[in-house]
Amino acid sequence: MTPAARRRKREPAKRTRNGQRPARRPLPKAPTGISGLDEITNGGLPRGRPTLVCGGAGCGKTLLAMEFLVRGAVEFDEPGVFMSFEETPDDLVENGRSLGFDLQQLSSRRRLLLEHVRIERTEMTEAGEYDLDGLFIRLGHAIDTIRAKRVVLDTIEMLFSGLSDRFLVRAELARLFRWLKKKGVTAIVTGEGDAGRLTRHGLEEYVSDCVILLDQRVLEQSATRRMRIIKYRGSAHGGNEMPFLIDDHGLSVLPITSLGLTHEVSTTLVSTGVAGLDGMFSKKGYFRGNSVLVSGTAGTGKSSLAAHFAEATCRRGERCLYFAFEEAASQIARNMRSIGIDLEPWMRRDLLRVHAQRPTALGLEAHLVAMHRHIEDWQPHVVIVDPVTNMTAIGSDTEVKAMLARLIDFMKMRQVTALFTSLTEGGRAPERTDLGVSSLMDVWMVLANLEMNGERNRTIQIVKARGMAHSNQVREFMMTDDGFQLVDVSRRLDGSVTIGSARGAQQRQGGE
Amino acid sequence: MTHGARRTWRLRLYVAGQTPKSITALANLKRLCEDHLAGRYRIEIVDLVKRPQLARRDEIVVIPTLVRQLPPPLRKIIGDLSNQEKVLVGLDMLPARREA
Repeated sequence: MTPAARRRKREPAKRTRNGQRPARRPLPKAPTGISGLDEITNGGLPRGRPTLVCGGAGCGKTLLAMEFLVRGAVEFDEPGVFMSFEETPDDLVENGRSLGFDLQQLSSRRRLLLEHVRIERTEMTEAGEYDLDGLFIRLGHAIDTIRAKRVVLDTIEMLFSGLSDRFLVRAELARLFRWLKKKGVTAIVTGEGDAGRLTRHGLEEYVSDCVILLDQRVLEQSATRRMRIIKYRGSAHGGNEMPFLIDDHGLSVLPITSLGLTHEVSTTLVSTGVAGLDGMFSKKGYFRGNSVLVSGTAGTGKSSLAAHFAEATCRRGERCLYFAFEEAASQIARNMRSIGIDLEPWMRRDLLRVHAQRPTALGLEAHLVAMHRHIEDWQPHVVIVDPVTNMTAIGSDTEVKAMLARLIDFMKMRQVTALFTSLTEGGRAPERTDLGVSSLMDVWMVLANLEMNGERNRTIQIVKARGMAHSNQVREFMMTDDGFQLVDVSRRLDGSVTIGSARGAQQRQGGE
Repeated sequence: MTHGARRTWRLRLYVAGQTPKSITALANLKRLCEDHLAGRYRIEIVDLVKRPQLARRDEIVVIPTLVRQLPPPLRKIIGDLSNQEKVLVGLDMLPARREA
């Protein structure tokens, strides 16, 4: 049976007065209020139905469930009951505090009810047939007491360890899920998985509408959390793993893969910050919302180019967010001052913010989430990531690429122009060492120090610039007290371009 | 004599309405008490359908649940009490042979 057929079966088609069938409604949803989760579920969890949230120990099930209740109570006027089979109300209050939630206050305002169900096999003797009516009554009473619209059962599988009759527990659980639906509450039921199973006792068999799998794994010494919507009946969902983060704001999921390639394309232009470089682009700059990659070996001037771009942004009165993975803000400011770029006034005027952090301080996903959060909070016009290659220190190339793709999509959606610097290892062609990220970029420039005739000369070339023509020349530039200065092109008679002393000699000879 | 044998036993049976299991449990309990505690027991029936708030207070999950309040310590038996042996052991109702 197709999902659509199932839905029709569940909700018999009503006919309107004129005898026509009403348009099929999408499944009503209850927003979770959790950053990003509502985007990837197209609006939230199935309203009035149970959702299973499963995963291994410590994967964040309880916190997700808790945030669902807290946001429901605070933001959507839907009080909630948290029925815990493991943690005591005191533990829950403590956990809530780590997310910035005051569960005690919500409880005293009757927006939240914490109910601890303790079921210990050693404390009871089983003598004859029984059922779980006591649990139903407690839950029902809790729901009625605060007129709850949301319920969390965390984790109900504890019943299996508390009671010996597995068949009975299974039958009662099936009854409980039917009862929850009848009550019309939106519920999260958590379950702990192991050894390739979603939950130890197959809770997924009872939950037909929505199943979310959480996962935490350690990759190269950094823990990353991921979420996957395994099932969402009657609703489109990406089956991809989404990274998520738990911090003192609660959970954030990165709704990246759901973005797609539907962003608006801008035709406005922004200056590169270097007059001569603007001239190498037929439109005299980057398109707003472009992603720009600047690659080169160490000491080729990547950060300087980034600083020029940052300064030009601030000069326009726009905000620039600078993620620095190698240097502290003060160090960047000092270095740039030496080439005539004074960033400090812009920092003081809060047009430039520098977030300096060691890449290894956080896991890859955590970085991405933190960057998202900064971008979302401050809404910068320009974002600089310097250098993006340091991300490889904390993830494999494919991961970095996927992460960048998400970040780029996210920024394009917001028309943020982004500049990434990329450190190329010496002796290797930049095309080989740029993680394959260049394909994600709209503009790619390569900086190089050319050693020839006993001197090193700085060159820049535009490898690509989507949507506009650009110079095909390898241009020489100099790092002066006034920053990045492109040197006029000098040609030999055969048309080839000369640089460095050869250019000087040629110019003295009266060439071009 | 087993401990507390001379004192009056206070037993509380939690039910949820007049279900077959509840009726069976009460009948089983009465018969056991008459056989072993004649004249020294009191049974209180708590119907959680009527007083749902007590389910939380007394930590009841399973129906029927029998709680021995006196003599201490508190003991819990779940089920319709049809397994007489288990009830007797669970409630510590059998005379302890060592002391006999």
